[in-house]
Amino acid sequence: MTEVSAGRVDAFADPGRKVIEVGGIEIGIFQFKGAFTAFENICPHLGGPVCQGLMLPRTVDDVTQDNVNLARSFSKTHHNVICPWHGMEFDISTGEHVTTKTLRLRKVPVRVEDGEVFVTVPDRKHQHVHAWFTGERQRPPRERGTSDRT
Amino acid sequence: MLERVAQPPTRELAEITTRTDTRDYLAHATKQARSYDDYEVIVDIDAHVSESRFWAEICTYIENDVLKQMAEGMMQGAKSGNALLNSASGISFQAVSGRIPHQQNNLEEVEPGAGHGFAQNMRRSMDAMGIDYQVVFPSGMLLLGMHPMHDVELHVSNAFNRWIIERIIPDEPRLLCLLYLPFHSPDLCVQLVEKYAHIPGVIGFSVSCVRNNPVYHPSYMKLYRAVEATGKPLVFHTAYNWTDPSFAQLNRFGAMHALSFSHYNLIHLTNWLFNGLPDRFPKLKVVWIEGGLAWIPYLMQRLDHEILMRPSEAPGLKRLPSEYIREMYFTSQPLERSNIRMLQATMETINAETQLLFASDWPHWDFDPPSAITTLPFLSDTAKRNILGLNAAKLFNLPVKRVRPRAEDVLASRGNLVS
Repeated sequence: MTEVSAGRVDAFADPGRKVIEVGGIEIGIFQFKGAFTAFENICPHLGGPVCQGLMLPRTVDDVTQDNVNLARSFSKTHHNVICPWHGMEFDISTGEHVTTKTLRLRKVPVRVEDGEVFVTVPDRKHQHVHAWFTGERQRPPRERGTSDRT
Repeated sequence: MLERVAQPPTRELAEITTRTDTRDYLAHATKQARSYDDYEVIVDIDAHVSESRFWAEICTYIENDVLKQMAEGMMQGAKSGNALLNSASGISFQAVSGRIPHQQNNLEEVEPGAGHGFAQNMRRSMDAMGIDYQVVFPSGMLLLGMHPMHDVELHVSNAFNRWIIERIIPDEPRLLCLLYLPFHSPDLCVQLVEKYAHIPGVIGFSVSCVRNNPVYHPSYMKLYRAVEATGKPLVFHTAYNWTDPSFAQLNRFGAMHALSFSHYNLIHLTNWLFNGLPDRFPKLKVVWIEGGLAWIPYLMQRLDHEILMRPSEAPGLKRLPSEYIREMYFTSQPLERSNIRMLQATMETINAETQLLFASDWPHWDFDPPSAITTLPFLSDTAKRNILGLNAAKLFNLPVKRVRPRAEDVLASRGNLVS
């Protein structure tokens, strides 16, 4: 696997992202509240360019203590990237779909060193459609790839 | 082991917006298309034009002077709009408030001198998804069946048909037309069938399902006979209607959309069967478009159950409803894939290998690329080829001839690296 620079930390908005292509592999690098995450730019639904979609805070229901839903509002603690193909929304901090954790983006290792963001480019091609939609057994996701900005 | 090497070349990819070139928007679909690059022919039975973009141009084809003036008066020189239409309630919700740009609008640059802008848009989508032929339906016009002014459906649909046939298809012959029939006016539908049956590019005839015209009404029998005589299929294209009192109870677009699309197919197909139309028109090939597939096994089981106990209400049926349904044709989109075992059972139930036709629904928000079919683990290679093109080629008498560019060539033309 090859590690490449994705640019200086101060080149990223917060929340913000950059999507890069390295040797045909596409990676989205995100910053939210000072923490960086990175994911392959392949939607697990039908393979869309998920990291290149609109970014918005998560939409939440404002339910009162009486279980009355007054309205919807934007979360201040969760931010999503939205696949431009079909609108699937994923939390940029975890890569998880907002409705079901069984559907998630594939993480890419990312770290910050001396004010520069580095990502490790996967050395193999992944299927463009997630096992969730093909009936094939899904391996548990690897819990790595998140690095707090230091 | 992590390798620290000199920084390899990297390219930054931009956010996808309404201005993104369709070939870049669908570049991942092009990469997927390499897996079916050797398929004989890929046919997309349901793609759309957001006709409001070209509405002033389409309205120039209206042949009734009064309606034409009304449209011009409403447009006041604007190029886009929805003059005369009963615009669908909720249509502005489709793009999930800008989250799905290709549904929101198409503002990509087109090339001067390379044909009509819409023809270029669709050529790019076909090339990017690896599609040879694509049928174009309107979008907002699918609600014309609920328009209180029946003459509007008649004249506006005729204008749209002429725009597609006379203006668009000549610039991109890979586009095809299922002629919009103004179902409010059955006698005029017969005239249109006879007029257009032999026009190149017209491969069949379509009825928009969002309407309360019962398909068994005696006034439609001449139309069915006329379509049957052409040998070309009659297709029913469903859509949604948020103004229907039942669906007005649903306070989210997605909830209404999920139910309303199936609803109109359920109504018309049930009427078609209970009134014995399959045996009255045994050679008429019928296609049901854009309802997905999950509703079909439901209806098969439901109608079989009822008819066994109440055969006197459907004496025209010589077999179970499910047996007739298995001989009809359906399009694949939106393919419900969240439970793959149920989808497999559904496809087996409807004889998908011979009766299912691929549809993308591009550029609508719930479109399916051909990979929605090719990645299904339970389909044989033969079934995939049939669904993606060979079934349609047989049904619509299309040439089994590859006209699409190679996926690698499309990728290379946009500077994409192969991965």
